[in-house]
Amino acid sequence: MRTYVIKRLFLFPPTVALVTLIVFLIMWIVPGDAAIVILSGEGEAGVKQEDLDRLRHDLGLDRPVYVQYGDWVGNLLRGDLGDSTYYRIPVMGQLKSRFLVTMELSVMAILMSFVLALPIGVLSAVKQDTPFDYVARLFTITGIALPSFLVAILARAVLTYGFDWLPPMGYASLFDEPLINLQQLIFPALALAFGELAFTARITRSSMLEILREDYMRTARAKGLSERVVIGRHALKNALLPPLTIAGWQFGRLLGGVVVVETIFVVPGIGTFLIDAITHRDYPIIQAIMVMVGVLILSLNMMIDLLYGWLNPRIRYA
Amino acid sequence: MLGQRSVALSKVRWGVPWLPSAARQVVRFSKRKPLGALGGAVLIAMLLIALLAPVISPHDPYKIYADDVNHAPSQTFPLGTDNLGQDVLSRLFHGARISLRVGVLSVLIGITSGFVLGVVTAYAGGVVDLIFQRVVDAMIAFPSIILAIAIMAVLSASVTNVIIALVFVLIPPTIRAIRSQVLSIKEMDYVLAARAVGCSPLRIMVQHIVPNCLATYIILATITLGFAIIVEASLSFLGIGVPAGTPTWGGMLTQATQQHIKTAPWLTIAPAVAISIVVFSVNWLGDALRDVLDPRLRGTN
Repeated sequence: MRTYVIKRLFLFPPTVALVTLIVFLIMWIVPGDAAIVILSGEGEAGVKQEDLDRLRHDLGLDRPVYVQYGDWVGNLLRGDLGDSTYYRIPVMGQLKSRFLVTMELSVMAILMSFVLALPIGVLSAVKQDTPFDYVARLFTITGIALPSFLVAILARAVLTYGFDWLPPMGYASLFDEPLINLQQLIFPALALAFGELAFTARITRSSMLEILREDYMRTARAKGLSERVVIGRHALKNALLPPLTIAGWQFGRLLGGVVVVETIFVVPGIGTFLIDAITHRDYPIIQAIMVMVGVLILSLNMMIDLLYGWLNPRIRYA
Repeated sequence: MLGQRSVALSKVRWGVPWLPSAARQVVRFSKRKPLGALGGAVLIAMLLIALLAPVISPHDPYKIYADDVNHAPSQTFPLGTDNLGQDVLSRLFHGARISLRVGVLSVLIGITSGFVLGVVTAYAGGVVDLIFQRVVDAMIAFPSIILAIAIMAVLSASVTNVIIALVFVLIPPTIRAIRSQVLSIKEMDYVLAARAVGCSPLRIMVQHIVPNCLATYIILATITLGFAIIVEASLSFLGIGVPAGTPTWGGMLTQATQQHIKTAPWLTIAPAVAISIVVFSVNWLGDALRDVLDPRLRGTN
């Protein structure tokens, strides 16, 4: 276990460093640099070379690339994500509030998907080849195939066409007006949860089916334990490992879906922030979001790996 | 074992005339996996629609019928017109072209490059493999759509750039999938035997490893095609994929869902149904191919 943990922890810093390098390189290959983008946005009249040089110097773009990268990472470590080139204010402040909204949305979606998926998956395995199982399987196949992008569009369409529902203007925070906040986020969260729900249900079902065939299940029944104890204690505990391990990976997928779903439901999270930044060609914001998402997912994956090692003795002692 | 293998392979390759065998395999596949065959048929239909779009479209997809804005489906406009007065059916047909072009090209380039890199780095092992694995780790830390969006933010909106973005997104997971397979094949007796008789690494990779990974390649390519089409639709929907105005399924949804759902629901329904059909077909075909081509995965899921 110790070597496993050490190995896992040891790989983390270099991977994070690579994430920052990739983000930096993607933005560095921009045709023309940020200075041109800023100046050309301000007026149609030809950009003067001396203005360009001054701005490049102010933004530090005239320094060698590796110095720029080192500087940028140094600032990142100090929690300074740079200034937005469009709004001319620090990115950090805005990103924080946007990020909380997205986190709330994602956590809601994950919770909903697990709360619904685990019973569906377990029941579907225990009642294998019954009408319930067939309906559940049809549902999961549909859910896995349909992208969250389409689910959200259809949900929005049905809500607007059938119930005159429109995404609310403005945004109420969870702490100020919890009820309105939940009303705003419930539909986008459901749309996001749908695909994950189907996936988790399917994984739960297949892992449960596998375990129901194990010898220790027969032993437990032979000992005369009630079906409830057999399923609840012996089977469920083991069957939950696979869905748990994919949770971290699901969170990553969810953060991808969030961008589109937020746009469809007009939620002020990092998704709409990202799209907004792209229309303004506001690279510091894009960089900040990318780094934040990348590091978040890497940390989550690591935590899940460690948790899995701790839960599964076969890995712990390997 | 080595001998048996080569006999079996030679039978597959040269034992029967090529065309009838292929046709027979298609029939056999359809009998075993009707749903997968249906998926394949739908994809072929989509390909035909895409190729014949200029011929079978009732109208020019760009032509604006200013008098018939948001026209409900009728005889002249089978699926209605959009908020600019353009024929929805014609735009749907032409949208299939872009979806397929982006899907097929990005998958071919992305999966093939990932395949080659995966085989080479896994076979090489050592430092090369270690470095590639860390880069792959870092790349897949970003959700695919976010990575594609970031690349599109740097490039401008165009079909070629969407393909470039997708290729970058597709390579890392492909390397990972192929790598794990090569690692197990590498330890097989026939590879050891080939190495013992002095085959060069290139010959071992091409003759012994690649043929055994081809099933994975086909499965990955099929499943990824659906994914690529979804990503293109999402990017175009967000307005950063294929330039607005071009008929794409994602682009058609942008205005339709945000503003015209109440007055003109057909604008949302048509592209949404088209995307769903394609995505389902690709999934069915991919699952069926996986069952048929990769016996080890049979029964899982």
